[in-house]
Amino acid sequence: MTRLRVRYTKLGKIRFIGHRDLARVWERALRRSGLPIASTEGFSPRPKMHFGLALSTGFESLGEYLDVDLIDSTDAPQPSYAEEVLIARFAPLLPAGVAVQAVAVIERGKSLQAAVTACSWVIDLDGVAPTAVGGAVDRFLAADEVILERVRDDQVVEVDVRACVEELELIGACGLPGWESGTSIRLDLGTASPGLKVMELIGLLAPEATAHRVCRTHQWIEGAGSRQEPLAVTTASALAERQAS
Amino acid sequence: MDEIWPRLERLLPRVQKPARYIGCEDGAQAPEPQPEQVGWLLVYPDTYEVGLPNQGLQILYEILNEHPLSWAERGYAPWSDLDQLMRQEGLPFFSVDTHRPASAFDIMAFNLSAELTYTNLLNCIDLAGIPLRTAHRSADTPLVLAGGHCTYNPEPLADFLDAVVLGDGEEVIAEITAVVHDFRSAGRTGGSRVDLHRALAAVPGVYVPSLYDVEWDGPAVRSVTPRYPGVPERVEKRTVADLADWPYPRRQLVPVTEVVHDRLNVEVFRGCTRGCRFCQAGMITRPVRERPVQQVRQMIADGLERTGYDEVALTSLSSADYSGIAEVVSETVRSASSGRPVSVSLPSLRVDAFTVGVAAEIGRARRTGLTFAPEAGTWRMRQVINKLISDEDFDGAVESAYASGWRRMKLYFLTGLPSETDEDTLGIAEMARRAVSIGRRHTKGASVTVSVGGFVPKPFTPFQWFGQNTVAELQRKIGLLRDDLRRAGGVQLKWHDPKATLAEGIVSRGDRRLGAVIEDVWRNGGVFQEWSECFDIDRWTAAMERHGLSIDWYAHRHRTEDEVLPWEHLSAGLHKDFLWQDWRDALDAVGLEDCRWTPCYDCGACTGYGIEHIVASAVPPAGGSQGTGMSRPVAVPVRLVPSGAGA
Ligand code: SF4
Repeated sequence: MTRLRVRYTKLGKIRFIGHRDLARVWERALRRSGLPIASTEGFSPRPKMHFGLALSTGFESLGEYLDVDLIDSTDAPQPSYAEEVLIARFAPLLPAGVAVQAVAVIERGKSLQAAVTACSWVIDLDGVAPTAVGGAVDRFLAADEVILERVRDDQVVEVDVRACVEELELIGACGLPGWESGTSIRLDLGTASPGLKVMELIGLLAPEATAHRVCRTHQWIEGAGSRQEPLAVTTASALAERQAS
Repeated sequence: MDEIWPRLERLLPRVQKPARYIGCEDGAQAPEPQPEQVGWLLVYPDTYEVGLPNQGLQILYEILNEHPLSWAERGYAPWSDLDQLMRQEGLPFFSVDTHRPASAFDIMAFNLSAELTYTNLLNCIDLAGIPLRTAHRSADTPLVLAGGHCTYNPEPLADFLDAVVLGDGEEVIAEITAVVHDFRSAGRTGGSRVDLHRALAAVPGVYVPSLYDVEWDGPAVRSVTPRYPGVPERVEKRTVADLADWPYPRRQLVPVTEVVHDRLNVEVFRGCTRGCRFCQAGMITRPVRERPVQQVRQMIADGLERTGYDEVALTSLSSADYSGIAEVVSETVRSASSGRPVSVSLPSLRVDAFTVGVAAEIGRARRTGLTFAPEAGTWRMRQVINKLISDEDFDGAVESAYASGWRRMKLYFLTGLPSETDEDTLGIAEMARRAVSIGRRHTKGASVTVSVGGFVPKPFTPFQWFGQNTVAELQRKIGLLRDDLRRAGGVQLKWHDPKATLAEGIVSRGDRRLGAVIEDVWRNGGVFQEWSECFDIDRWTAAMERHGLSIDWYAHRHRTEDEVLPWEHLSAGLHKDFLWQDWRDALDAVGLEDCRWTPCYDCGACTGYGIEHIVASAVPPAGGSQGTGMSRPVAVPVRLVPSGAGA
């Protein structure tokens, strides 16, 4: 069985659909794509799709991933899995904001969810002054430990989440389509335990702020010596992305 | 364009199900209107999930956007959480296509499918910033229109609607567009709204309530008469003579979030002449107009290809009656086995073995169980309502269903029907028990869910003269069934809240005085009345009392032949004497055969409009005796073996 990895965006209005809705959008798109998608058994067969880390409803992304299993037929000619071909084929099948940026045939291996060790985020904050956020960022980075209170089984537990934040900085205009250049921060969050959610971090940095826009810009896996993306965006597909947005 | 979105997107993280408000459907349009074009905002006054699949609205959406003089977008009632935020932030009612405010449109047109959405309609008008009452609107306020089944008695909404369309909308919308276009290009002036109203009233099928005077005779209506020459004394419904001329929707909307009926829907025919006496939809949509089989096939093939759906519903009031049903079903299922699996659903199953045979071929329905609607528990009662399902039909359908591998079955019944005795009510329990015992011969776990709804008499049906059962009486009947079924294994009883049945009953045959009541309920927070978590009968009873109106008068009283009914100045083509005779026949438990295959009764629906049935088959479908004049199924020409998984 061949496995195809697809990297795509979730930008703009479509960010308000949930994970299950997005899965259904993909299911219909895959059915229409004409690709020999493998299906589950049973009364209502579904395409065999494996999604990466879930993205909260309302968050945007420049790097979501989906793995799809394909049937290798011996008698039918193998369809083209060339990236440009597939990017063009998916474009009319997906709603505005969901655009395929990269596609590749991959080795079957660790699931995406297990493999991803960190994500990069950009967050646009409302209701808070840049200087206040800048101060909070500096304090956070200078601290040896940052204690977060979580409620677990009706009990408040304290966890040190400092190590979850690998990078954190205040930035100006983030350049994402439709974003206002208010107070934006950029950060990398590790996925290892205890984990830290974007909203939890905002609560720690600037409890009075609301996260107007949140975008996952990258997901990272361990590579040879350095971290790398599960699928990098080539120039050609970056062009396609620009056209789609 | 998009002027609402930047403000709306800040509110959406704070509401449940934000995907309701984003549009983004496949098939959605982003019109770029020219100044001379007339803009329509088509609104379904319930949640997005309920409203999006509405086929009537989607058909008009496409036709209006294809027409050179018009453009159209869609809107749905915001749930209470967003409603509250919109009011706080001063955000008006908006379209989901390009998020334009309602004020950017010339017409706000509502689809009215259920009486309990009326308060939502008021709420949407108010959110749009449009004065609630037509009397307070100026020449540049958007027109508020309505169409759909409930508009055959729009009197309770008379104060709020500028105009109402009766019947099929496909043709009349272009005529309304032309009137508004001409009116606008002539230049609107203050006080000219009545001129616009008069021009609209000249369009056949369009009723303008404010151009009529109602005279009262105590609590009763004495007369409803036009105030100006040229305004028709009686407004006749519009009927599309041939569905083949309207292969819509061509691009059914595919939502990005879950909605009801989330599948491809292809309308196989419109109208129904089975003649079920409780069924308003059947009465007001006559005659039967079948879509040619070839066109149905094409719409299924194109639709599946374009949407990526794996399920198609063949819609109509009774799809097993479609002449080409067996052909279309087996072809769709067969074509699917060569490509991706496709299942077919028939939302309204007839109760007979033939239908089960078709359903068995479809296969998929077994996941959810089969649904039948015998509607009444005894043969006598079914003759009264003219739903001519014999006990043998029923047993045969149940037998084939369980023999074909189904394990569960849902049965729909009405209670509170004219002349219903306790024996008739208990007949419901009897049928349920019989179904379980037939089922147990095939499978140990056979079970039946019985769903009972209280009957609401509707205008333009033979039962329009009947006094609806009180809440207490309906509760008593449900209690009878509950007690009787207490120890019946395998039967689960569900019922519709009789209090909601009462509210629906008050409105469905109401007159203009009810406008104040609907407004009162709305002002006191009564929106989404179709949703049990939002419904409270006390709002309705209190409002009736505040306005000095009697619930008994509106809902529970039997009407007499000479009474002027509040909707008599409107017409669905049906002659009043036909309906009255049918009412007398009902009380004598005399059934009436389907006029599609037997001689015409001159009800008026064809004869009055110079149209006729379009039915491909000259003989009744095999296997059903309901109203077809046939005795009992002789042979069932479809296989009763369930097909394999998804093939
Ligand atoms: S006019 Fe005659 S044929 Fe037509 S619907 Fe009425 S009874 Fe049937």
